[in-house]
Amino acid sequence: MSVAFRRLCLLSPALLVILLLVGVPLCLMAWVSLLDKGGSAGVDWSSAPSAANYVRLVWEEDFDGTMILNTGYLLIFLRSVALAAVTTVLSLALGLPVALWMASLSRTGRDVMLLLITIPFWTNLLVRNYAWLIILREDGWVSQFVNMLSPWPVQLLYNDAAVAIGLTYSFLPFTILPLYTVFEKFDWRLLEAAHDLGATRRRALRRVVLPIATPGIVAGALLVFIPCLGAFVTPALLGGGKTLMLGNIIQMQFGASRNWPFGATLAVVLLAIMLVVMTAMALWRNRRTA
Amino acid sequence: MTQVPPSPAVSIRTVSKSFGKGIYAFRVLDDVSLDIGRREFFTLLGPSGCGKTTLLRLIAGFETADSGAIAIEGEDVTARPPFHRPVNTVFQSYALFPHLTVEQNVAFALEEQGMARDAIRRRVGEALEMMRMGAFARRRPAELSGGQQQRVALARALAPRPRVLLLDEPLSALDLKLRKEMQIELKMLQEEAGITFLFVTHDQEEALTLSDRVAVMQSGRILQMGSPREIYEAPTHRFVADFIGDINLLDGEALPGGGVRLDSGTVLPAAHAASGRVTVAIRPERARLVPAGTGALEATLVHSAYLGTAMLHKLELPVGGTFLLRQSDPAEAAPEAGRRVGLSLPGEALRVLAQ
Amino acid sequence: MSPRRFPFTRETALLVLAYLYVPVAVLIVYSFNANRTATVWTHASVDWYGRILVNPSIQAAAWNSLVIAVCAATAATVLALLAALATRRAFLGRGASEAVLNMPLILPEIVVAVATLILFVSLGVKLGLGAMVAAHTAFCIPFAYLPIRARLEGISGTYEEAAHDLYANRVRTFRRVTMPLLWPGVMAGFTLAFVTSLDDFLTSFFLAGPGMTTLPVYIFSAIRAGISPEINAISAVMLVVSVLLVSLSFFLGRLRR
Repeated sequence: MSVAFRRLCLLSPALLVILLLVGVPLCLMAWVSLLDKGGSAGVDWSSAPSAANYVRLVWEEDFDGTMILNTGYLLIFLRSVALAAVTTVLSLALGLPVALWMASLSRTGRDVMLLLITIPFWTNLLVRNYAWLIILREDGWVSQFVNMLSPWPVQLLYNDAAVAIGLTYSFLPFTILPLYTVFEKFDWRLLEAAHDLGATRRRALRRVVLPIATPGIVAGALLVFIPCLGAFVTPALLGGGKTLMLGNIIQMQFGASRNWPFGATLAVVLLAIMLVVMTAMALWRNRRTA
Repeated sequence: MTQVPPSPAVSIRTVSKSFGKGIYAFRVLDDVSLDIGRREFFTLLGPSGCGKTTLLRLIAGFETADSGAIAIEGEDVTARPPFHRPVNTVFQSYALFPHLTVEQNVAFALEEQGMARDAIRRRVGEALEMMRMGAFARRRPAELSGGQQQRVALARALAPRPRVLLLDEPLSALDLKLRKEMQIELKMLQEEAGITFLFVTHDQEEALTLSDRVAVMQSGRILQMGSPREIYEAPTHRFVADFIGDINLLDGEALPGGGVRLDSGTVLPAAHAASGRVTVAIRPERARLVPAGTGALEATLVHSAYLGTAMLHKLELPVGGTFLLRQSDPAEAAPEAGRRVGLSLPGEALRVLAQ
Repeated sequence: MSPRRFPFTRETALLVLAYLYVPVAVLIVYSFNANRTATVWTHASVDWYGRILVNPSIQAAAWNSLVIAVCAATAATVLALLAALATRRAFLGRGASEAVLNMPLILPEIVVAVATLILFVSLGVKLGLGAMVAAHTAFCIPFAYLPIRARLEGISGTYEEAAHDLYANRVRTFRRVTMPLLWPGVMAGFTLAFVTSLDDFLTSFFLAGPGMTTLPVYIFSAIRAGISPEINAISAVMLVVSVLLVSLSFFLGRLRR
């Protein structure tokens, strides 16, 4: 048995499982996005492929047959991207100091912090968002306290802010970990050199630490932005059906609306946005390192 | 009945080996042949990348030769995997199994050979006793010092009583003092165990101290093979002369019928059978300082260093280039730096090497 | 002051830790509240834990979750172990293979979930336990693969050479040297795959089919119906199980090499 053949035997089962259960479904979904909705199974397999579903995202046929602009989906797209962006910025702003501090700890301290930061990532997303539901709910003490101070009634749940808090809470560890791996390997004598050359702490942070942390910042940003874009649980629980994101309208097409082809269209657009962002980040990073 | 001489412990015939493919191919061993006698302490010496470790790995079976044959005690093992070869290796990193105790490490090969339990226990005990590691039998490798790990690695490799023990720079991870101790111990161990040792090192001093015979390698070839004395005193290549110990190399032209005319014009009375461009080599301890105008060469003393057992003088030759001279008696008077001196170069100390 | 310390980093870190852990703590505290309205704290009780233990639909959902997690994590770990052994040394196509193996990590889960739903329905595959096990296996592979691969990278090839040198053939070497050294990585990989499957909501939500639930799917529909002390209790149990398993895997991963 040659080495190459043995390697193929070992590798192919895992690759096949992923290709069959992830790769093939994605291709099929792209095809379905071109079809019409149909009977019980949600897809009319005999319909001719067309871009009608994609047109529907932006244009709506009026009663008299003229096409009018439909801003409904566009707004949800914009909100999804905006919420993902806000969450990314918040996560980076919080994650950077935490990662910096972790890198300054002793070995044991680092290990403990690493565990503490990692644990939430592995605990149930649903349960963790539910915890926020308890904290922010109308009859909870946080809400009562805020309303006591505020001259007008404040609703903490079911708005963009609640979703942003929940998303940041869900994905914050994703920025801390890549930043920490950068700072862990960071040569701190560079900072001493910067101070020696007259840079203040703030200037040294901007001119030495941040440029070196760029790969970690890019990785962290992508790791937060992409899952945020496809978030379903957080807007479903903390947005309460009012603050919808892409994930929610995709789910609706497969649930109540039973329009699978349109759901597939929305999913394809989500993938497309993701690809554009990833490519942009990759290009930007390559230009910087070139 | 005629006595058939025993086949050599290791016999290597025209072995070549390249790494990489196509234009990236790099020849690490180039048509190497050599015989290692039974119970010999044989050393492969050379700078890193000379192919010495590859040769050892070919004998162990970790690599396969592109061409050529390898035999161990007359048996052709070229096509055999490492687990079917009667040799054992002491690795540079020791490669002690971290999940096994010292005892289990030493017993590993015996278990693989299907030896009976009692016999294994006895053999492991003996091997550890021989390396004075009996008290550490139940420890894990991580709980041992570098020197102790070294002993366990030796015990593990010797326990199955291999025909040949292969040692891949085993002392390089030890500090100088421990290394000196282990050198003596290794030599004694080899005499006691009566096994052929094939030792790989880049440390020329270690090679000279330990070996019965040394092969000096460069760029995948064996340049010279011989006893430490031969290698040191009668190098046949400029590279060998330069690699082992300090030496002065003077370029010149071979004169027919003996003698060499140096580039400076001086003629040295060195015996040779060469022609054309040659290099005259002389060890620093074989040259002597004499008053200016009375030696074979003139030079200016640049710097003298006191070494305790000797003085080392650095001299500048008039045509350029430095000359090292070792004065074995440091008590002897030496001229001050900056003075012109003469160099006496005894004819029998001069080696003429083809360029 | 060491140049490593930046002002306010410690304060931010503590704030972030509070942000991450206070909600969880609140949830756990409320799960011990005897009062049904959950707003008013009356006194501590474990009543709700007792109730969830005897609730048949929770029992069924928990059993389904467990079956799926055990099957999917086992399958994913075996596949990932083989793949990790295959990708140990460099070869043409290793980068591409690893990209495929890690694909489930990068893609948004909801997209893969609905795509798998379309595939299964179009092929006539019955939704339910089997469909969930298959889909979970696929997304668990990278979670099992990464720790095994990391562990394998830490094992020097010299150990295997030493075993060969000491007369162990390939099979014996794998059994006596490679596998024992790799074992903590395999266990860590299995644990992470298990936790990932156990906690998964979205994929199960789409592929469960009628009449079938897992614990997270049950919790989601219960939350939709309103906050209740039972949900607090199941959530607390799920949290504790995950934390224990992840800590276990963390220590396995740090085990002496």
